[in-house]
Amino acid sequence: MQAATHDQEAAVGTAALQLEDAAVSRGGRSIFRAVTLRVEPGEYVAVLGPNGVGKSTLLQAILGLLPLTAGSIEVFGRPPHQAAGLLGYLPQRRSFDSSLRMRARDLVRLGFDGNRWGVPLPFAPGGREVAKRIDEVLEVVGATAYSGRPVGELSGGELQRILIARALVRRPRMLLMDEPLESLDLGNQQAISSLARDICRTEGVTVIMVAHDVNPILGDLDRVIYMAGGSAVIGRPEEVITSEKLSALYNAHIEVLRTSDGRLFVVGQQPEAISYHGHD
Amino acid sequence: MIDALDQLFSYQFMQNAFLAGTTAAVLAGIVGYFVVLRGEAFAGHTLAVVGFPGAAGAILFGLPQLVGLAVLCTASGLGIGAFGQGAVRDRHAESAAIGTIQAFLLALGFLFVSLYKGLLVGVYGILFGTFLGITRDQALLLLAIAVVALAVLVVIGRPLLYVSVDGPAAAAAGVPVRALSIGFLVLLGLAIASTALITGALLVFALLVMPAAAANELVVRPGLAMIVSTALALVIVWSGLLISYFTDLPIGFLVTTVGFVIYLAARLARRLTRA
Repeated sequence: MQAATHDQEAAVGTAALQLEDAAVSRGGRSIFRAVTLRVEPGEYVAVLGPNGVGKSTLLQAILGLLPLTAGSIEVFGRPPHQAAGLLGYLPQRRSFDSSLRMRARDLVRLGFDGNRWGVPLPFAPGGREVAKRIDEVLEVVGATAYSGRPVGELSGGELQRILIARALVRRPRMLLMDEPLESLDLGNQQAISSLARDICRTEGVTVIMVAHDVNPILGDLDRVIYMAGGSAVIGRPEEVITSEKLSALYNAHIEVLRTSDGRLFVVGQQPEAISYHGHD
Repeated sequence: MIDALDQLFSYQFMQNAFLAGTTAAVLAGIVGYFVVLRGEAFAGHTLAVVGFPGAAGAILFGLPQLVGLAVLCTASGLGIGAFGQGAVRDRHAESAAIGTIQAFLLALGFLFVSLYKGLLVGVYGILFGTFLGITRDQALLLLAIAVVALAVLVVIGRPLLYVSVDGPAAAAAGVPVRALSIGFLVLLGLAIASTALITGALLVFALLVMPAAAANELVVRPGLAMIVSTALALVIVWSGLLISYFTDLPIGFLVTTVGFVIYLAARLARRLTRA
């Protein structure tokens, strides 16, 4: 599974991600259906919605780990299992075992060739290029300073940068992140979000980030995918996160409140079914 | 001193003991790194305990002890893997499966011993280790097992490291997580069978966990940690054999004590270098 080169792109105008009437079921239960959306290359898109609505499931489908039950999904114009080499993925994770005695850069290295059989030989040809690429990607995420420290000793924010470096090390064209901001403080949430935006802008990578709270990332985002009521809509945040759109999606009366500093709060009649986009 | 060593190596039983001990130390040192990394000490302990019915059964049925050990340890590794591993590794299911298998097989060992009605000395050796009875054939069989196990480890080493550190990310990168986890338990069974021949079933951790845990205190690079772990395991075995030869103290006690001292020293060294 070599990362495909950029000139393999089929034609101008190919979407980074295209879902047509897509549906996924798990264990006989429908997770979402009739989802049609298109993400352009180089966009920074957040996936929002209440817990259990299928945000992680959507990422699994994009990764080709979960088949659709209806409709179609294309990643850079190909079926997901043929696009695996184009994708970088950050699974949902709060932390590593604090006793994990492995350098941060070793973890990044696993993203480069951890899925290949065999073991790297100490003086094998190409070893220097791998090390150079790892240095490079550590620089991109601003993690050079602590790349020699054991993973178990890193703070939450430092760890997320290392995990982003790992997902980027093979030059993917799309970065999928599952709740990377969870359990980070507000400052780190904003820092990781602006890092994601920079990666979009300077590296041309499409970023799709599952997020719990839209506010720390609102200023950086291009568009949001809002999932609720078994379906999803996509659009600019100010178009999607509105009382009308969300009421239609939830099929319930929803109000979106905007504070004077521009933060959004979603309030509904069925509080257990709705995530409040406030800070915990 | 040189004369004493010359004399020591002129005995074939000591040659066999050193050959078997060295082989077991290399295998246990490397496999042990993954045991510590994966937090599978409980699985390791169970496979070690399973060595008891394995060896006792072999004696009862007149088979070589190592054959009984290897068969039952790898079979139990497969069993733990099959019962305890779903699509995702589930620690609770795994530990329940481990406990169940451990209790049953320990009872089986007890049955074999009572059926055998032989000398209790044999049981003692199975549990706490001996190096006097290792034959040339056993040492060579051990070497063959270790070569196969290490060859497999060379092939699966890198993805196994990925799975051990971050299963979900490895799965997304196309690594066969479940097959590797079960495969590792089989390798662990082989490593434990080899180690148990020297240290006894109950003291397997002297070579399987202590060197790797000490190496983890000293270095943070995976490759280097495996080398250090192996070197420490060799130091433990060789010094254990030598001291045992000259003092007649039991080998199981000696390797465990040397291992323990090395582990403590490694922890202390890390504490001191940090401050």
